[in-house]
Amino acid sequence: MRIKLSKDSILSLVAVILGLTAGAILMRLTGNSPIEGYRYLFSGGAMNIERIGNTLATATPLIFTGLAVAFAFKTGLFNIGASGQMLMGGLGATAVGLTLAWPKPILLTVMMLVALFAGGLWGAIPGWLKAKFNVHEVVASIMMNWIAFWTVYYAVPAYFKGPFLETESRRLPSSASLKVPWLTNLFQGSYINLGIFIAIATIIIIAFILDRTTLGYELKAVGHNKHAAQASGINVNQRIVLSMAIAGALAGLGGASFYVGFASNMQIGVLPSQGFDGMAVALLAANSPWGVFSGSIFFGILHTGKGFMNAMTNIPPEIADTIIATIIYFAATSVLVERLWVRLKKKKILRFLEKSDVGAGGGE
Amino acid sequence: MDYVVELLDIRKEFPSVVACDNITFQLKRGEIHALLGENGAGKSTLTNILFGLYQPDSGSIRLRGREVSIPNPNVANHLGIGMVHQHFKLVHNFTVTENIILGSETTNGLFIDLRSAAARITELSNKYGLNVNPHAKISDVSVGMQQRVEILKMLYRNAEILIFDEPTAVLTPQEIQELMKIMKNLIAEGKSIILITHKLKEIKAVADRCTVIRRGKLIGTVDVASTSQETLAEMMVGRKITFTIDKQEQVCGGSTLVLEGLSVRNNNGVLGVKNLSLEVHAGEIVGLAGIDGNGQVELVESIIGLRKVESGKIFLKGHDITTLPIRDRLNSGVSHIPEDRHKHGLVLEYTVGENLILKIYNQEPFSRRGLLQREAIAEHSNRVIQEFDVRAGQGAATSARSMSGGNQQKTIVAREIDRNPDLLIAVQPTRGLDVGAIEYIHRRLLGQRNKGKAVLMVSLELDEIMNLSDRIAVINNGELIGVVDANDTTENEVGLMMAGIKRGAMA
Ligand SMILES: Nc1ncnc2c1ncn2[C@@H]1O[C@H](COP(=O)(O)OP(=O)(O)OP(=O)(O)O)[C@@H](O)[C@H]1O
Ligand SMILES: [Mg+2]
Repeated sequence: MRIKLSKDSILSLVAVILGLTAGAILMRLTGNSPIEGYRYLFSGGAMNIERIGNTLATATPLIFTGLAVAFAFKTGLFNIGASGQMLMGGLGATAVGLTLAWPKPILLTVMMLVALFAGGLWGAIPGWLKAKFNVHEVVASIMMNWIAFWTVYYAVPAYFKGPFLETESRRLPSSASLKVPWLTNLFQGSYINLGIFIAIATIIIIAFILDRTTLGYELKAVGHNKHAAQASGINVNQRIVLSMAIAGALAGLGGASFYVGFASNMQIGVLPSQGFDGMAVALLAANSPWGVFSGSIFFGILHTGKGFMNAMTNIPPEIADTIIATIIYFAATSVLVERLWVRLKKKKILRFLEKSDVGAGGGE
Repeated sequence: MDYVVELLDIRKEFPSVVACDNITFQLKRGEIHALLGENGAGKSTLTNILFGLYQPDSGSIRLRGREVSIPNPNVANHLGIGMVHQHFKLVHNFTVTENIILGSETTNGLFIDLRSAAARITELSNKYGLNVNPHAKISDVSVGMQQRVEILKMLYRNAEILIFDEPTAVLTPQEIQELMKIMKNLIAEGKSIILITHKLKEIKAVADRCTVIRRGKLIGTVDVASTSQETLAEMMVGRKITFTIDKQEQVCGGSTLVLEGLSVRNNNGVLGVKNLSLEVHAGEIVGLAGIDGNGQVELVESIIGLRKVESGKIFLKGHDITTLPIRDRLNSGVSHIPEDRHKHGLVLEYTVGENLILKIYNQEPFSRRGLLQREAIAEHSNRVIQEFDVRAGQGAATSARSMSGGNQQKTIVAREIDRNPDLLIAVQPTRGLDVGAIEYIHRRLLGQRNKGKAVLMVSLELDEIMNLSDRIAVINNGELIGVVDANDTTENEVGLMMAGIKRGAMA
């Protein structure tokens, strides 16, 4: 399972380069040196073992939400509800972690399973609404985001309130956290946690499902041409619900990796931004599972490094966000990028201009 | 010599196929020049190069004696080249006028000048006898009319050189007659036409010269008047083609398919099939004849399970399947060659191999415990590709989208016949196929019949119906007009029945 340098990955690379160029121009315009800026941005994300750990920890939830968006997209569905699915997964895991006092391995397993099912349910509902009543999944999953938002808003203060603050849950005991001492020590005190291993295992499983199983074959067939899929006996509606449920489960795991791994408690009143960044990652990855991995790591570096860049130079950290936004923009307009690419490659622009002039005269 | 178009020594390679192998093609001013070749011979590719959709790897294009380069279709339009594609490219919820001016809108100040555009369209339509209403919505007009809109689109852009890529594949016999008349009008007005078609009859009827290509290579250019259909066919496939089908008498068995008082709604919510009863027996081919849009689609879709039955029953080998899910129907022995190959037939993003298992991917040996078995799948697809002579550049790994239209059709036919179904429903099974492939598919359909299987064939081509069927069922406006024995009827009689005149009423 290597990352092939296919047309898609070339397009993504071009989008990244264009995004970085745009960032460089911005740094220049704000009177800073782009070379300095990028040096600190990237070294801030990768200069020592601790920061590498943080980059991986930041990338972990993105891997899950990126997969959640990409997987649904393979079935032709736009899962914009990863944030809500994350919240529900995180809430489920937190609830279990704060309630049960079991040995760590068992407790973590149960917490992850609960997150998986909670997120899965949150994804399945829009899927079911689509299959049954033809409600567009974008509309339904946005509504599900807000239902999750208010559910957390109510449930955390009501049942899991911390000792001092109304707005966040109690801290999880270390037996209920994905952080483990050997890993924290190995990465010299970073946020890294077991989530990254679960994420990589998940990528392998998802890639396997999509490539090698009849389920993946069916889901992709539905995504490409649901009429032909239906005529071939595939139960299209059922596959839509299942695809959304799996996507939701992935984001649910992402929620667990964030709330009981990266963080140690849940705040209320926040829709996690990773749900939306997941769309960017999936877009950049052209929906390939290993592409999601690379994209998440890249965004992880930017997020981790921007503080360092800001500390060492006068460049505002928002530049890093702008770079991300620009990359998304270019990835989304990859069709244009592709055309530009093809033209540049063939170097036919000049000939084209010359000859088409002649041509216009010829057509009486 | 007065050539308007000269394609000289054109070469175009795709990954692992040479689509055009140094082909030279010359179009005289004012002629209809047919381009003939097997499926995948390179006809669409060659004309797409002239239209600027592909760039040749080598060779040159001359227009009216001058060498030109055509980097994209806009330039082709400028140069006076227009094309009607194998699959139409119209926006369905736009009007005729809006579709025609799309991309070359003239404005008066701020607004698109629809009125004068419509006036010009009417004028052109009258001049060439096209009979198009500029204000009609595309979704409301017939396929034949849509094609005329495509023709108008070319004329509106002052095209002098018109390319028709298999224009008759989607038309009814009447519409074909009208199209040929239109083409003659166009020639009379000084246009030049390149016509791609698999139908030798049409070439004989309208074309002046014919260029034949085989597997990317030029075979020759001949005068149509002095060349017989048999010679053309032989040039094309490189062997003799038998046009008549050798059909032995055979006693047929019990009823495989029974339709009892079937009523089905169409997309507009009214009854498209009305109280129709029909039987198809084991060991016979029943041809369903009718003018396009008279309920054939609704009937077939209800048997397959794509469309709900309003009332009545469907029995397969004695079992009521009226409400059975599609998968169960497939598994109890129904196969289906759909009318619309891109909509119901193929997943274009999948490879040929993946498309060939579309209905059996979940069965052993192609999958075990939910895991696809790549070797078994590859073996299966290689065998089927070989057996049905599907021409695909990279074999089973070719993406369905990159195949020629005819080979896409062959892929579907192969998949459906290879399942050896008890009931094969074949809708326009040979649409867009070359004569060699048609001969082969016809033999396979007969083979099913001779093996004692039932075949229900829907076709708009009377020839095909007359030649293959044991019995002919004629449908008009959703009603079964009658069922006649193929040995005991004439084209004329079937034609009248298609128009809704019952057998008894003639005499
Ligand atoms: N975009 C493409 N990529 C790869 N191969 C292609 C592409 N387009 C065409 N081919 C291949 O080139 C060959 C010629 O195809 P073409 O479409 O020109 O055939 P055709 O003569 O029009 O056939 P048909 O009668 O079936 O439409 C085929 O082998 C086809 O698979
Ligand atoms: Mg073609």
